[in-house]
Amino acid sequence: MTDVTASPGSSNVASATPDTMAWDSRARRVMMIYLPLSCFVLILLFPFYWMAITSFKPNAELLNYKEHNPFWISSPTLAHIKHLLFNTAYPTWLKTTMFVAVGSTFLSLFASTLAAYAIERLRFRGSPYVGLGIYLAYLVPPSILFIPLATVIVQFGLFDSPMALILVYPTFLVPFCTWLLIGYFKSIPYELEECALVDGATRLQILGRITLPLAVPGLISAGIFSFTLSWNEFIYALAFIQSGANKTVPVAILTELITGDVYQWGALMAGSLLGSLPVALFYSLFVDYYVSSLTGAVKE
Amino acid sequence: MSVTTLNSRGVAIRQPGYIARLLDYKPFLIVMCLAPAIGLLAVFLTYPLGLGIWLAFTDTTIGQKGIFIGLENFQYLLKDPLWWNAVFYSIFYTAVATFGKFALGFWLALLLNNHFPLKSLLRAIVLLPWIVPTVLSALAFWWIYDPQFSIISYLLVDVLHVRDSNVDFLGTPWPARFSLIAANIWRGIPFVAISLLAGLQTISPSLYEAAMLDGATAWQRFRYITFPMMMPILAIVMTFSIIFTFTDFQLVYAITRGGPVNSTHLLATLAFQRGIAGGELGEGAAIAVSMIPFLVFATLFSYFGLARRKWQQGEAND
Repeated sequence: MTDVTASPGSSNVASATPDTMAWDSRARRVMMIYLPLSCFVLILLFPFYWMAITSFKPNAELLNYKEHNPFWISSPTLAHIKHLLFNTAYPTWLKTTMFVAVGSTFLSLFASTLAAYAIERLRFRGSPYVGLGIYLAYLVPPSILFIPLATVIVQFGLFDSPMALILVYPTFLVPFCTWLLIGYFKSIPYELEECALVDGATRLQILGRITLPLAVPGLISAGIFSFTLSWNEFIYALAFIQSGANKTVPVAILTELITGDVYQWGALMAGSLLGSLPVALFYSLFVDYYVSSLTGAVKE
Repeated sequence: MSVTTLNSRGVAIRQPGYIARLLDYKPFLIVMCLAPAIGLLAVFLTYPLGLGIWLAFTDTTIGQKGIFIGLENFQYLLKDPLWWNAVFYSIFYTAVATFGKFALGFWLALLLNNHFPLKSLLRAIVLLPWIVPTVLSALAFWWIYDPQFSIISYLLVDVLHVRDSNVDFLGTPWPARFSLIAANIWRGIPFVAISLLAGLQTISPSLYEAAMLDGATAWQRFRYITFPMMMPILAIVMTFSIIFTFTDFQLVYAITRGGPVNSTHLLATLAFQRGIAGGELGEGAAIAVSMIPFLVFATLFSYFGLARRKWQQGEAND
């Protein structure tokens, strides 16, 4: 804090002939903030860099560090990606994952919008307890549920079907979205709804014409978050889906692309890169919504 | 319901009015609004949770309905060294990874709380490990930990010359355990850092000004202002982090599948191996259920241990 206030006057001009104070605060700032920060960024990003560079390396370079600098590619190739797209069922996996993610996102948005509206705006006796119950559902981890859920899925005849995933993913999406949306609904002035009530609007008209349009940022946050979480989900998809064509990308890469003892690192990393791209792209478009929903849901 | 129908006979000329009025009838509307969410959660969360506890007391296998066998599954587990091993590693993994995540994540949050150019870009980049599917980044870690072509080994052996031989990351128990923990910390830092950053930004600067006027050092400002003010959010984030680290599955399943010689099994991966892959649903469910006491304890500990004070921020200011 002190160095921030001290630096701006002298530091950028006086760097050639540093007087001790300015040099001290500047060096301190570099040492205390920029150096650790760049270490963090380097370490947090390195696996992605490594993933990306591996997927464009020809096999000869991939497994020979003596003659080729492993941190760079001398002759980049699209062979791994071509192999992935044309020799494996990768496009099908992508389609299935997209279908599951979009389906479960819409289902959970629908359910949680109504639930959040009922809890926050229709206010009935026990509504805080319903809210708390939904919140507690968020604390039940999938690792406890997947075995009994597998038997439930079999009972319903949904085993090995993407529908099973669409129905199961809301168990962790609905609690999250409901709490996010409760927060958003809270921020919308109640007077607006009262005005509409006085003008003779029905409850559903109020929800559709006043509350929802005002809660659009919240809906977007909940939507992109649900999409990301269902795209990334692993354990249910692993336990409930058996046939190759119905697998989601994360499961398929791990179970279908790893064959035998020789790992095809190029193809594996290309698969990981392609599987990460949709969420990364989505993320780059909506960064602010991500941050706000992450922090909003935690604070609530 | 029938009463409303009877009453509406008299004015049944306007059909839409009747539906609209039913939808305006508050109890009906409340039930309608809550039905989808509660229904989904009841069928796919509450019911399986109960079913799981029931399964843990039966000898169900895949394709065969089991009978009630009491505590037999648990008695078997208590004598099973693999289960004890998984308990030990789950606790160890959670403790070390949580400590690492919070130490580094808090540090990163404090760093990001400063002013510098490209701040929002940096904040966006930092969250990336958390956004990308865990299994896919775990694969990247698997490749980084490769016994022969590990880039870390290359750096240590051929560039820095601090070692003579490649590091055996995943081939022996203890290195494998720590490698997994490192991957988990890497993945967990962004979540912790960004949530804590949000908490840091709610602390009023006037508190720091007052402390500085009183001559408090940087450490004192952290210890007596930042830390206590962060307690509530720290408690919540830590509760979440502990629950989801303890029940972690993806990282271990993707990188080691519990090996070498079952040394890196977490309870979740052991439950999967026995329950789904091995077909012993009853035993798998028992392992999963055995996580519950640990989870309850950890939750109570982190929540009440850290959030002894009431929430400083009111509910409204978010």
